[in-house]
Amino acid sequence: MTEERQLVVPGEVIIKSDDVLPGENTRKENGEIIALRYGLSEVSDNIAKVIPVSGVYQARRGNVVIGEIVGLTSAGWLVDVGVAENAFLSIMEVPRYVDKNALQEVFDIGDAIIAKIWNMGGRGIDLSVKLRGFGKLYEGMIFGVNPNKIPRIIGKEGSMINLIKDATGCNISVGQNGLIWIKGDTLDKELFAKKAILYVEENATKEGLTDNVTKWLSENKQ
Amino acid sequence: MSTNFKRPDGRKVNELRPIRAKVGIIPNADGSAMFATGNTIAIAAVYGPKKMHPQHLQNSEKGTLRFTYNMNSFSVSDRIKPGQNRRAIEISKISGWALEPVVDLKKFPNEVIDVYVNIIQADAGTRCAGINAASMALAHAGIPMSDLVVSISVGKLDKTIVVDLDKAEEDFEEGEGPTDIPVSLTSKGKITHIQLDGKINSEQLKEAIKAAKEAGKEIYEIQKKALKNVGEEIKYG
Repeated sequence: MTEERQLVVPGEVIIKSDDVLPGENTRKENGEIIALRYGLSEVSDNIAKVIPVSGVYQARRGNVVIGEIVGLTSAGWLVDVGVAENAFLSIMEVPRYVDKNALQEVFDIGDAIIAKIWNMGGRGIDLSVKLRGFGKLYEGMIFGVNPNKIPRIIGKEGSMINLIKDATGCNISVGQNGLIWIKGDTLDKELFAKKAILYVEENATKEGLTDNVTKWLSENKQ
Repeated sequence: MSTNFKRPDGRKVNELRPIRAKVGIIPNADGSAMFATGNTIAIAAVYGPKKMHPQHLQNSEKGTLRFTYNMNSFSVSDRIKPGQNRRAIEISKISGWALEPVVDLKKFPNEVIDVYVNIIQADAGTRCAGINAASMALAHAGIPMSDLVVSISVGKLDKTIVVDLDKAEEDFEEGEGPTDIPVSLTSKGKITHIQLDGKINSEQLKEAIKAAKEAGKEIYEIQKKALKNVGEEIKYG
């Protein structure tokens, strides 16, 4: 059973049914599924949920984020990833030898890094750059988008972002906290990739997005 | 309730002032909304959840809802001194309490949700307009909430219960004089805040709350419509 997506407000009844279970951001009361958040409602496989369309980024384990080094400690780096919690990158989570007295030789204050959230505890977020593809970001540009639109920008298994990468020839990294890093051969290519991503963000809720983006890319290509 | 009572501006006793509502007015904020009834205009901006500073104000059990009500110096005909005064601090507290029951703060320990309400034009009922705007702005900011809050001021002019008082009615001098009762409720009719300024007997208070619930339904529909049409101004009445 699949219903059309609808914009719902907190407290609004999504569906009245005894067979449907409440999923993310929903609650069940007297056989009614009630939205607990502003967003798009979706009912599929007998589970109702609300997909957020606004709000600040909420960190989750496993997320890939882009952040800026804001502090050095004896055990690692403090990173600003745009969330309320402290984000910490331990020297144990860096895949190379780090001189404890010269942390700035690896990452200095002001450097941008791409990292994975490997743990979330009471004290904050723990980051890791151990895997391939993570670490310091050299050159290129970083800009922010609405973090709730990131799933659409990445697309199913990266289909959308790969489409943009192929069409622009740029290297793109997307952080789930809403920051995107682009590195291309020329500034024009980078700006074209940025425009393409902003186009996806703007039209994130529309149907047939992949086709539209393909069309947009061929129309606007220099 | 006598229905032939004449209100200064010719409204019916249960008639609201014309309402305008718009969501998404401040691009920099995480959520924002404007709510206007008649000549009263309130704008609300929501920031966060973000980390609470200074640290000693952090609550590790649940988050904090910090509500700041501010009347702009040009909002009234006699310029008021800018900044927080006794009245603004009190209304900030009251409005925060009116919204807290619906906001799920348990999800944000050590964090704060900042709500800023500015009254850019005042003609009575500013706290109600502020709460209405803040409720929409909180929802727009993606804060987990169990319901929206609507707020309405009901009053008693001499012996008649009327809704949504304007400044002229608040200064009503005849008979028993004016009584002002701002009420905030959820869309299901549960009261989250009620104040009373003046005199009223229990029978009439019940009647006033009933009138507030009726009027609240109309405001809820406007809030819902505004949230579903972000960036569009919703007009009513």
